Amino acid sequence: MTVSFTPLPAHVRTARFIAASVGRRAGLAESALDEIRLAVSEACSLAVGFHLAHAPTSPVELRLIDEGQTFSVQVADSVNRPAPDRTLDLALDLAEADLFGQERIGLAVISGLVDDVTVEYSDVGSVVTMTWPIG
Amino acid sequence: MDLSLATRSVGDRTVVVVGGEIDVYTAPKLREQLIDLVSAGNYHIVVDMENVEFLDSTGLGVLVGGLKRVRAHDGSLRLVCTQERILKIFRITGLTKVFPIHGSVDEAVAATD
Repeated sequence: MTVSFTPLPAHVRTARFIAASVGRRAGLAESALDEIRLAVSEACSLAVGFHLAHAPTSPVELRLIDEGQTFSVQVADSVNRPAPDRTLDLALDLAEADLFGQERIGLAVISGLVDDVTVEYSDVGSVVTMTWPIG
Repeated sequence: MDLSLATRSVGDRTVVVVGGEIDVYTAPKLREQLIDLVSAGNYHIVVDMENVEFLDSTGLGVLVGGLKRVRAHDGSLRLVCTQERILKIFRITGLTKVFPIHGSVDEAVAATD
């Protein structure tokens, strides 16, 4: 299932609702659904933030992939940017982080939540892929 | 559910009861509330999060911002939270070491530094 949405903060809630609903139908446990809600919120908030700043007319894409043994969520944006320095930790100033600081915070939260995470950066934007085992 | 905010005074403490979801869409309302309280001279704030259903790093940023504001006036910002799913993000981000987190409003109101 793929959902494209205009980059508005109000739609982030809808995105996590859809991801959790589809995850529930795929058979994920309630604890994993909580992780999905938070991870999707972090990834979609970042995508919306970058789109509002650099590509306000392009949609953010949420892809939900049920592969039987695993359930994957991809959040794809279309803002070309360098990969952030992931070696830094959350000693960042959470209250005043700019978009790139928020990206490092968001990715750190996702990495703390989800065991299987990849982030790919290309000239067309970034894709965050998060995968949970089913059952 | 959207964000709900209610405030009340208990002695020299101001209790902000937050309900619903704190995310990139609703966090600005909480930020505004905390800024208004500090601007009005309320420097000892307790944020009751027992009715919060969802919190992400955007919301954490607002709470950290509030903490910085009250500390600038030698104040305090204490949280009330017993929900495991909300506490999890405080642990992941290491903020359990930054915020005093209490099990009840009574406990938070009675606490001193």
